[in-house]
Amino acid sequence: MLKRNARQLKEKVMFSLSGASMVVVVGFLGLIIAFLVSKGAEVINWEFLTEMPRQAMSEGGIYPAIIGTLLLALGAIIFAVPLGILAAIYLSEYAAEGRLKRWIRIGVNALAGVPSVVFGLFGLAIFVILFGFGASLLSGSLTLGLLILPLIIRSTEEALKTVPNSFREASLGLGATKWQTIRKVVLPTALPNILTGIILAVGRAAGETAPILFTATVFFMKRMPEGIMSKVMALPYHIYALMSEGIYPEKHTAIAYGTALVLLGLVSLINLTAIILRTRARKRKKW
Amino acid sequence: MVTTSEKLRISDFDLWFDKAHILKNVSLDLPDNEVTAIMGPSGCGKSTLLRAINRMHDLTPSCRTRGDILFDGESIYGADTDVYELRKRVGMVFQCPNPFPKSVFENVAYGLHLHGIHDKKTIARRVEQALHDSNLWDEVKDKLQESAFNLSGGQQQRLCIARALAVKPEVLLLDEPASALDPHSTARLEELIVEQLRGKYTIVIVTHNLQQAARVSTHTAFLMLGELVEFGITDEVFTAPEDERTENYLRGIFG
Repeated sequence: MLKRNARQLKEKVMFSLSGASMVVVVGFLGLIIAFLVSKGAEVINWEFLTEMPRQAMSEGGIYPAIIGTLLLALGAIIFAVPLGILAAIYLSEYAAEGRLKRWIRIGVNALAGVPSVVFGLFGLAIFVILFGFGASLLSGSLTLGLLILPLIIRSTEEALKTVPNSFREASLGLGATKWQTIRKVVLPTALPNILTGIILAVGRAAGETAPILFTATVFFMKRMPEGIMSKVMALPYHIYALMSEGIYPEKHTAIAYGTALVLLGLVSLINLTAIILRTRARKRKKW
Repeated sequence: MVTTSEKLRISDFDLWFDKAHILKNVSLDLPDNEVTAIMGPSGCGKSTLLRAINRMHDLTPSCRTRGDILFDGESIYGADTDVYELRKRVGMVFQCPNPFPKSVFENVAYGLHLHGIHDKKTIARRVEQALHDSNLWDEVKDKLQESAFNLSGGQQQRLCIARALAVKPEVLLLDEPASALDPHSTARLEELIVEQLRGKYTIVIVTHNLQQAARVSTHTAFLMLGELVEFGITDEVFTAPEDERTENYLRGIFG
């Protein structure tokens, strides 16, 4: 009766199997980071981060690409955040449950699954050519904005859903309109979670290559971007350009890995901010 | 029977959620500045009736109504009724204390901001007055800037009453306000209703606690399966109910 049986054996096997998978996953992650560091760390120094590239990009730094990526992400946020938050408010607070809302949700989710190169082509056709913005910071920002829009809508909607309905009732019961309730109670309560979603979306926007490939970036610029109609350099595209078109492979490869390391650091920093924000909000939450 | 002038006249009122007929031809005059208890077994529609008075059901798309409720003779369900003004004049306190995640002060000031009162002195004065009127001032006067969630459940519920009082309503709807509170907090809440609020506001309280209804109310309405069974002076309803169903309920036969 008390002998070990097949059920216990299965338990052991599954425990070991899932544990081993875990080790593999963490191992790969460690490997990626170790690989990037070993290949790219040598080129990273203050000059690399703060100077213009020189000598066909075999010397100097990647400063314009860092700034370009930050500007593109910022532009995407300026475009996508107000639009996404308002759309999420409509879905979560105003629209009645029903077929229309279900279809909108399916649409938003489908948009989130569209490959990013398709957004790139769309941006090229619409912003660059049809609207005549050309390949520019503006076109790239709008394209990236479209890419992260569904992420922002979804995360904001989730954030709004976590606000207890009793808060809304209390506010409406005092004679507030829906908008007053949203602005004074619902949004402030959901804000930390909304911000977390936005920051994660920034991280996504900063790392994407395909949407900016045809809409915003150039391989090399002598000067910093001068306005929203300027073309820009960007970290992900810089890596791609160095690896595919670099004429001094021995130097360019190292710079590409260094750039990758900078990009990884930047995105990790952004995600870390989101994690800190979320943890602090959870600690404060008391209802 | 009831002789006082009525503040609210519920007349031939029907309410459905989809096809479920929740309130059936309810007619009831709620007397001015008195406390009316609405009693009845679970699911009889008493909370639904209460929430119909300030049109909280507007938020539920499946809800339909027929008939009307008159507030000082004015139609609540009329096409041109300002529902926001209505809810300002008809305050509501919910079953579970639901303060906002804001400071004690901001909770009470909230309704004032809504209705366009921005003068700081006026706000401070009315917040203090509302906290006095809800028997809470002495307990919170040193923690006005602290989060309302630091208060006890009973204090939170009185804070919700203060929040409602701050906008100077004429009617207070209390939806089982003590059901989430411990006996001590319940006693304090009842004391507040009897000593501070009764006589100043028209109060409608939903409760399934018979003793509570007897202690706080002047009038009692008894509802069953969405129908009004009996309405009268509380003492009379409790000692000599006219309807057999009321009598059975009071004797604890069902409910």
